[in-house]
Amino acid sequence: MNVILLLALPLAAAVLSCLPWRRVASCVTLASSLAVLVASVQLAGQVVSTGPVVVIPKWIAVDGLSVLVLLLIAFVGATAAFFSWGYMSANSHEPRRLRLYYANYNLFIFSMLAIPVSMEPTLVWIVVELTTVCSALLVCFENTREALEAAWKYVVLSLMGAAVALLGFLVLFAAMQAAGGGTYTWDGLVAAAPTMPAVLLQTAFVLILVGLGTKVGLVPMHTWLPDAHSQAPSPVCALLSGVETTAVLYVILRLFPVLTAAPAAHAEVWAMVFGLVSVAVAAFLLLRVRDYKRMFAFSTVEHMGIILLAAGLGTSSAHYGALYQALNHTLTKSFCFFAAGATMLAVGTREIASVRGLIRTSPAAGASLLIGGLAIAGAPPFAVFLSEFSIFKAGLAGGRYLAMGLLGLFVAVGFFGIMLHVNRMVFGQSEAGETPTLRSRLPASCVATLCVAALFVIVLGLYLPEPLHQLLLLGGTALER
Amino acid sequence: MNDPQTTLSVLDSLNTLAGGLFLLTAFGIVTTRQAKATLTLFITQSLLLAASAFLLGLRHGSWHLYGVALVNVIAKPVLIPWILRRTVHEEVYTRREIDQVLNIPMSLLIALALAILAYFLTVPLQRAVAVEFRGSNVPIGFAGLFLGAYTLAVRREAVPLLIGLLAMENGAFFAGISLARTLPLLVELAIATDGLIIVFITAVLIRAVHQHIGTTEVGSLAQLKEQVAEEAPEEAVR
Repeated sequence: MNVILLLALPLAAAVLSCLPWRRVASCVTLASSLAVLVASVQLAGQVVSTGPVVVIPKWIAVDGLSVLVLLLIAFVGATAAFFSWGYMSANSHEPRRLRLYYANYNLFIFSMLAIPVSMEPTLVWIVVELTTVCSALLVCFENTREALEAAWKYVVLSLMGAAVALLGFLVLFAAMQAAGGGTYTWDGLVAAAPTMPAVLLQTAFVLILVGLGTKVGLVPMHTWLPDAHSQAPSPVCALLSGVETTAVLYVILRLFPVLTAAPAAHAEVWAMVFGLVSVAVAAFLLLRVRDYKRMFAFSTVEHMGIILLAAGLGTSSAHYGALYQALNHTLTKSFCFFAAGATMLAVGTREIASVRGLIRTSPAAGASLLIGGLAIAGAPPFAVFLSEFSIFKAGLAGGRYLAMGLLGLFVAVGFFGIMLHVNRMVFGQSEAGETPTLRSRLPASCVATLCVAALFVIVLGLYLPEPLHQLLLLGGTALER
Repeated sequence: MNDPQTTLSVLDSLNTLAGGLFLLTAFGIVTTRQAKATLTLFITQSLLLAASAFLLGLRHGSWHLYGVALVNVIAKPVLIPWILRRTVHEEVYTRREIDQVLNIPMSLLIALALAILAYFLTVPLQRAVAVEFRGSNVPIGFAGLFLGAYTLAVRREAVPLLIGLLAMENGAFFAGISLARTLPLLVELAIATDGLIIVFITAVLIRAVHQHIGTTEVGSLAQLKEQVAEEAPEEAVR
């Protein structure tokens, strides 16, 4: 019941957002995203205590791995809705455009929530493609030349990847048929995997990895990501960078249990190579970014690489580390984009070079940017440090010294890149020596969202609640079949 | 002609013919200069896809494939051009692309190489599936996908780029109707609907680009990138 509610609420909110009264759209969106959050927390509790929940057999169900992704989407959906409240009204848009924003926002949330609850791979492909089309108009919401260019690249490259992934899913279906049939679901695939022809499975995996990897932002298919994730309005960036990439990566991760059942496919090598290359390229690009939203976008590429690499390591502790990293990345990255949005409101520019001494101009924005930068770069005591450390530990225990050595190097370069820019922006002084003027005060809802999100980022670094730990363990086992 | 063996071989030859023509349209989409002609080629390609699905349906007595053929006949040649014409300004279609990224003979050579590559890549796949799934569909489908992707790499006008995307999907399906014959019809319908939404959203985007930037040569949009650090600010940080 909860699952149907989860999907119906955003759809209803999308319709209601089109009503022509003032403030209806934002109120409805807020209410629906809070309800979705409550429902998904409840659902997570149910899955942890009694096991998977099946709604429509073969099509819609929720298990340990998918409920984690569901929870992340619901959480960022709610915080971003709060942030939108102040952010969108501070950026004075006409009421018609605001309604369009909220209608699209809810559709986007719906399409993302549909990814983890769908169990049939082709259905998953359809909803992944829906996330692209629902978010395209959000990316170009500002209608500037840059935003339109970003949206165009986003749509074309994502859909190009989707076509490749579609062929992958069809080949996967053929592999299933060649293994004697069975139901075409994630679980059915795992059951049929040992008898599948390895060449079909490998072809399917590579097509899906490249196809969906485009949407995750894996190098070399990442070129659209920094554009789209920097041009969209900040709350949308939080969704795109924080959860959309993770949700699509979840689909790739879903294939790992199938592939461990068929070792001839060598999936882990592909995953580790793509992962390491993504981390490396992103880390070095982080050194030379000039736009702080692009900086956080490149950091997303880096983290997606880390998660994929960890999943490719193949041991159970590495799987746990991968999911732990996904959880921390989502919470921290969405907070980073809220901080970037607050900075945008405070100083009105995206250029790193024009922002100096932010802590003096706007203490709230400066402090959040500092916390976000430290947390996402992986400084202790923040949670990203803990999850990266657990991945290192798992990798070294598994004897992957070279991969771990390289990962350590690239993570260090990435850390240096982020902290260099953040430090200059927060504490630096411009050549003339004056601090930039405050463009506008931060709306109360933005400050409140920053506080709540920061609380989660800080607390999670010090203490991982037991239910969340259980959920990660459950997801980790799902990755191992 | 009543001999079932003859009927089957005639159906196979017809299907191969449809495949050959499908590949030709894919080449056409790479090289045709005018947006409107590209659209016509895409419609022809979709009809050939439907024809191949229908022939394979006859060959294997599969209702699923008749359904796929029907969905393709309705969605692609009728609804997609209709949506495009409703949303994108007429002027965009009549535009000719004067310069592609590569000249056309060069493009054709590369496209040919891609088609041959697709053939060799699919040889091991063909060996792995049961005999009745083999045939010309899989290599031609892969070639269609590659040529669609290549179209996206060399063209600059918005509408031909969108057609390139749709041609990639056609390629995936052309292989799919032979590989994944029993895919639920519900999924096929959902994919077709999804395709229509994609066309609509992309068309809206093209219109917005046309309105706000004044061109539909989206291939030349290149504002966003990491600039080379020639004038990188080296402010002293205290």
